[in-house]
Amino acid sequence: MHGTTMIFLVVMPLLIGFANYLTPLMIGARDIAFPRLNALGFWMLFFGSLMLYFSFIGGGAPAAGWFSYAPLSEKPYSATPGLDYWALGLLFMGVGTVSTAINLNVTILKYRIKGMSLKRLPLFVWMVFVNGFIILFALPPLNAALVMLLVDRQLFAHFFKAVYGGSALMWQQYFWAFGHPEVYIMVLPAWGMISEIIPVFSRKPIFGYGFVAGSTVAIGLLSFGVYAHHMFAVGLGHPFDFAFAFTSMAIAVPTGIKIFNWIATMWGGRIRFTTSMKYATAFIVLFTIGGISGVTFAVIPVDWQVTDTYYVVAHFHYVLFGGTIFGVFAAIYYWFPKLSGRMLSEKLGNWHFWLTFIGFNLTFFIQHFVGLIGMPRRVYTYPDMPGWAWMNMVSSIGAFVLGISVLVFLWNLFISLRQGKPAGNNPWEAWTLEWAATSPPEEHNFELVPPVRGRRPLWDLAHPDQPDWKLNKSEE
Amino acid sequence: MHKDKVLMFMVVATEAVFFTLLILAYLYFHATSGEGAKQTALLDPLRTFYFSMFLFTSSFTVWRAEKNVDKKNFGRSRFWLLVTILFGITFLVGQGIEWTGLIRHGETVSTNLFGTTFFTLTGFHGMHVFVGLIVLSILLGISMLGDFQQPRTANSVGVVAIYWHFVDIVWVFIFSLVYLQVLS
Repeated sequence: MHGTTMIFLVVMPLLIGFANYLTPLMIGARDIAFPRLNALGFWMLFFGSLMLYFSFIGGGAPAAGWFSYAPLSEKPYSATPGLDYWALGLLFMGVGTVSTAINLNVTILKYRIKGMSLKRLPLFVWMVFVNGFIILFALPPLNAALVMLLVDRQLFAHFFKAVYGGSALMWQQYFWAFGHPEVYIMVLPAWGMISEIIPVFSRKPIFGYGFVAGSTVAIGLLSFGVYAHHMFAVGLGHPFDFAFAFTSMAIAVPTGIKIFNWIATMWGGRIRFTTSMKYATAFIVLFTIGGISGVTFAVIPVDWQVTDTYYVVAHFHYVLFGGTIFGVFAAIYYWFPKLSGRMLSEKLGNWHFWLTFIGFNLTFFIQHFVGLIGMPRRVYTYPDMPGWAWMNMVSSIGAFVLGISVLVFLWNLFISLRQGKPAGNNPWEAWTLEWAATSPPEEHNFELVPPVRGRRPLWDLAHPDQPDWKLNKSEE
Repeated sequence: MHKDKVLMFMVVATEAVFFTLLILAYLYFHATSGEGAKQTALLDPLRTFYFSMFLFTSSFTVWRAEKNVDKKNFGRSRFWLLVTILFGITFLVGQGIEWTGLIRHGETVSTNLFGTTFFTLTGFHGMHVFVGLIVLSILLGISMLGDFQQPRTANSVGVVAIYWHFVDIVWVFIFSLVYLQVLS
């Protein structure tokens, strides 16, 4: 439940929520293309999540992990209805997610203001756009697998039951054909946030706009060709394993390109270390650690050694917490003034950042080592092996620090909403269109949208003597 | 292209992946999983072909309905919509006959892998036909109430037609792979 909840009910709603709010503002539109469909998507998520959590009172929570491998997820091994609620809930949420992704992509295609060509699109919107296509093609494998599981469980069919000639491996194939693109679904919008925030606080345009957008497209395509690296331990055969090892290493290249773009943007800039920028900078560091440990899995023997250990847990928390959640915190500190009209307290923000940063690293960095010396994941206890106890203790202390940091954050939200400094339209002197709207924006977003002749319309507006489009011909 | 059509093409794209995976599951078990997955002798390709012709033809009729809205011949458009709905229903009746025949033979979704994959695949296709029929009926209803005359709603038949063609194309694949067994 922790995995399913975090992925489907925390990370995705946070990212898609931001995308939903910001996309129309950033492209100068009044609203999303299909507002009612948008509401439908939200309510499907809402009721889907209720259905998932109903399992607790409806006979017991699903207990087969977030990937619910067959045959453990089949009736003989999971007899309670928990897994049926799990599958139905995810099916609902999946359809809702697809509808929202389509909605956002139609908005981006059809609702851009005059002058907002694809080459001038804010990078956050670019990422949302690519993300939409990944969702479009990655969610159906999950939905197909879920309905097959439900048919198996409810109608006694045989898709994943080896006894009757079915194939448990097919579940894994279908699930990871969704599951790996899903990883990119969960990080692309965060990359987009970072790509908006770092330039503003470095007081420089993004370095290599085309490369950031282009490498995102490359990742979108490659993300469908790497999934079987989750299955190296299954025994698919060498040719199969090698092919996926190769693609998994290849996808690190466009990811690395982005890291260099962000660093090069900061290089030589007049950096303002606001809380948002601190989170963005920490994102680069932590995401790089998570990315590098990710590449180690592409080396098949290493994967065999560390699969199902805490090393894997450490890896994906560096990607999803150190990456995505740090990106989301950066985004919250950056866009909260726009959403609410008030600034978040920088003083509390500073506390929040350092507590999160220290707590996170205390909790998860040591898990690399715990995993390397062999502690398996998904087992609630561990034997008294030398070194295991104190390492787990460090992890636990870190988790408490992390918990306190969340309290600081919630207090900051609460107090700043009531007493925060009024933000004004553009507190960060940013350049994208959402900062031309009032804070918070009116229901129709804009009275007047400034002319868009480059990638930084508000810069052009503020500096009529040296607008971007005069200096940079590639933005034409 | 109108935004409604862009929307529908994206819906069709995501649905296409879904059906591809169900078809792949059928083909995979058919090829690898022993006798239980190969019970295609129970099917009646000829009868299903006749019923399939109704579905294939309905792609033409829905196209006529769309064109007649463009030409503002709303009466004719309603006629073609009605024909489309009737053809769709006829196809579903054919599916019903097929299913009851199989079930009388003792072939159900839980009998063997053929049943499992066949009923899941054709069931989901039939459900999509059924949803299409509901939407087409709604179109017919609001057309009789005098809609489609403003540009804002004029697209509707064309948008639903994209979906209907898609359901049709999926059946082309299912019919040729499951009934005609072109790959085996």
